[in-house]
Amino acid sequence: MSGILARTVQLGVKSLLLHKLRSLLTTLGVLFGVSSVIAMLAIGEGASAEAQEQIKQLGSQNVILRSVKPPDDANSNQTTRLIVYGLTHNDFSRVTKTYPWVENAVPVRILQQEVRYDTKVMHPRIMATEANYQQATGRMMHEGRFLTAADDFNVSNVCVLGYEVARELLPLKSPLGQRVKIGTEYFTVVGTLLPRVPIGDDVPLPGADVTGEIFIPLTTGARWFGEMQVKQRAGSREMETVELHEIIVHVDKAENVERTAAACREMLRRSHDQDDYEVVVPLELLARAEETKRIFNIVLGSIAGISLLVGGIGIMNVMLATVTERTREIGIRRALGAKQHHIVFQFLVETVVLSVGGGLAGIVLGLAIPIGVEYFADMRTIVQPSGPILAFGISVSIGLLFGLYPAWRAAQMDPVEALRHE
Amino acid sequence: MDKSNPVVADLDGIGRVYQMGTTEVRALDGIDVSFRAGEYWAIMGSSGSGKSTLLNILGCIDRPSFGNYVVNGYNVNDLNDDDLSQLRGRELGFIFQSFNLIPQLSMLENILVPVFYQDNPRPDAEERAYMLADRLGLADRMDHRPAELSGGQQQRVAIARALINDPPILLADEATGNLDTQTTGEILELFDELHEEGKTILLVTHEKEVGSHAERVMWLRDGLIDRVVENRS
Repeated sequence: MSGILARTVQLGVKSLLLHKLRSLLTTLGVLFGVSSVIAMLAIGEGASAEAQEQIKQLGSQNVILRSVKPPDDANSNQTTRLIVYGLTHNDFSRVTKTYPWVENAVPVRILQQEVRYDTKVMHPRIMATEANYQQATGRMMHEGRFLTAADDFNVSNVCVLGYEVARELLPLKSPLGQRVKIGTEYFTVVGTLLPRVPIGDDVPLPGADVTGEIFIPLTTGARWFGEMQVKQRAGSREMETVELHEIIVHVDKAENVERTAAACREMLRRSHDQDDYEVVVPLELLARAEETKRIFNIVLGSIAGISLLVGGIGIMNVMLATVTERTREIGIRRALGAKQHHIVFQFLVETVVLSVGGGLAGIVLGLAIPIGVEYFADMRTIVQPSGPILAFGISVSIGLLFGLYPAWRAAQMDPVEALRHE
Repeated sequence: MDKSNPVVADLDGIGRVYQMGTTEVRALDGIDVSFRAGEYWAIMGSSGSGKSTLLNILGCIDRPSFGNYVVNGYNVNDLNDDDLSQLRGRELGFIFQSFNLIPQLSMLENILVPVFYQDNPRPDAEERAYMLADRLGLADRMDHRPAELSGGQQQRVAIARALINDPPILLADEATGNLDTQTTGEILELFDELHEEGKTILLVTHEKEVGSHAERVMWLRDGLIDRVVENRS
């Protein structure tokens, strides 16, 4: 039986090679359909994985409150301006004290200071925060320790370097115990963190050349750098006062995330007279990513479906023409002893060879598309083995489905009529 | 003529009626004849006499509208399409006017086509194909496609194909109609040889010259046997 299959496939390939261009064009529909299926799955998987990772980083039990600079007034042509906005210490204490399911809330101030070590200069984000930041965000230590409550209490000049900063400033030796200059003050490095993948929404503050992070105690930050930051621009000076840039609210269990977010929104809406905050819920990011994935799947799924359908019809069309063209061959084979199922099998195999050929080419293209998407659109993609396997299955089914009718037509021919056909 | 040879093809009141619109055309209207093993017949007649229809029924690619046709003990009326297909491949060898080779296949593959469709294909088919090709002077042409060969060579391949399953009956439909005189002579000699070896040969032709090679000639007219003429050789 396997010998018959092998010979029938061989025969099918031979017959298809008689019309190379026609066969090639016929496979295009399946090719595009199959490649869309693979690309769709890869992009979907990538989006989903990215969302999962974000959640991991931000914490699925976290609600993040952020200060957002309100839009500029239209009549802001003064040369010196003072802007006050954002989250306040009051907000922070209200969050920590009001809700019983809030386990932990972490205040964060983000400062902009020059960081120097030896001759190297960097402008990372200076994160002034408390010891429980690490616990709330799940950041991992690379070396040394994170900030402690004692550091905060003592207003110590200590800092923890983010991975990129440590690598950039002190590439050759362990930073532990080294003294780094932040702004005008020297800080002793007590630890470094493992890297984290950048998060989509986590954009640097405008105008800042920010790479990496340095963590210092909140009290130390307030002591040396105050709450006002001055930005120099061409012809103008802008002073910003922001009490807290971020409050990371850590709740006891995931079910409480949503109501915490709602409560925080409500609380902030009442206490702020301008729209100078945002509430980020990592769980909602997941929902958003899932939504993106769903839209992608609908769009690419439709493309895949339509092009597979068109491809299948194209194959059927060509096979019907082929059957007519080879009427005489069918008659000869029948006269020489071929049963109807032999004829069905022959043409079905030929159709499947066509669609599988298109399918294999489609798999190659389908594997190339995610690479292109990653390169040009900067989206993460993940090709799982199930993608190409599914695509292959689809192309075989297309061949069987759309080949059945032409093959049946071929087998139904009257041998006498078929032999007479010119 | 050995009357003791078994009957390999027996026609009993065979008729074939075509429906052409509202009118009935009786292409065959009651043919009674028995072909015994090893006989060599020519079937002749003017066009429209029913000789092609008769050959189609003899070849089991068409079924009679009425009457019984028994091939080597099998009544075709009792056989379904699959069994009839098997019977064609096993008991009958077809040789056509226009050779009817399959263009995308090599000579060897063409010769082996009838083997491919048999339920119990002979295990030595490929050796036999080479043996036949050798005998028909085709041995060095086995990889060629039909389009690369002359008409005479193509017809030899077709004969090899008809012989591959070693059927008792050979059916030739104007087998020399597309060939020049010399090649016709060669092919007819080949038929004479096969006849000597005991094959039953039924040959449809409209050329008296060709018909004269057979032991007897059956003349058809209007779907009936007009006369049977014994050839003295």
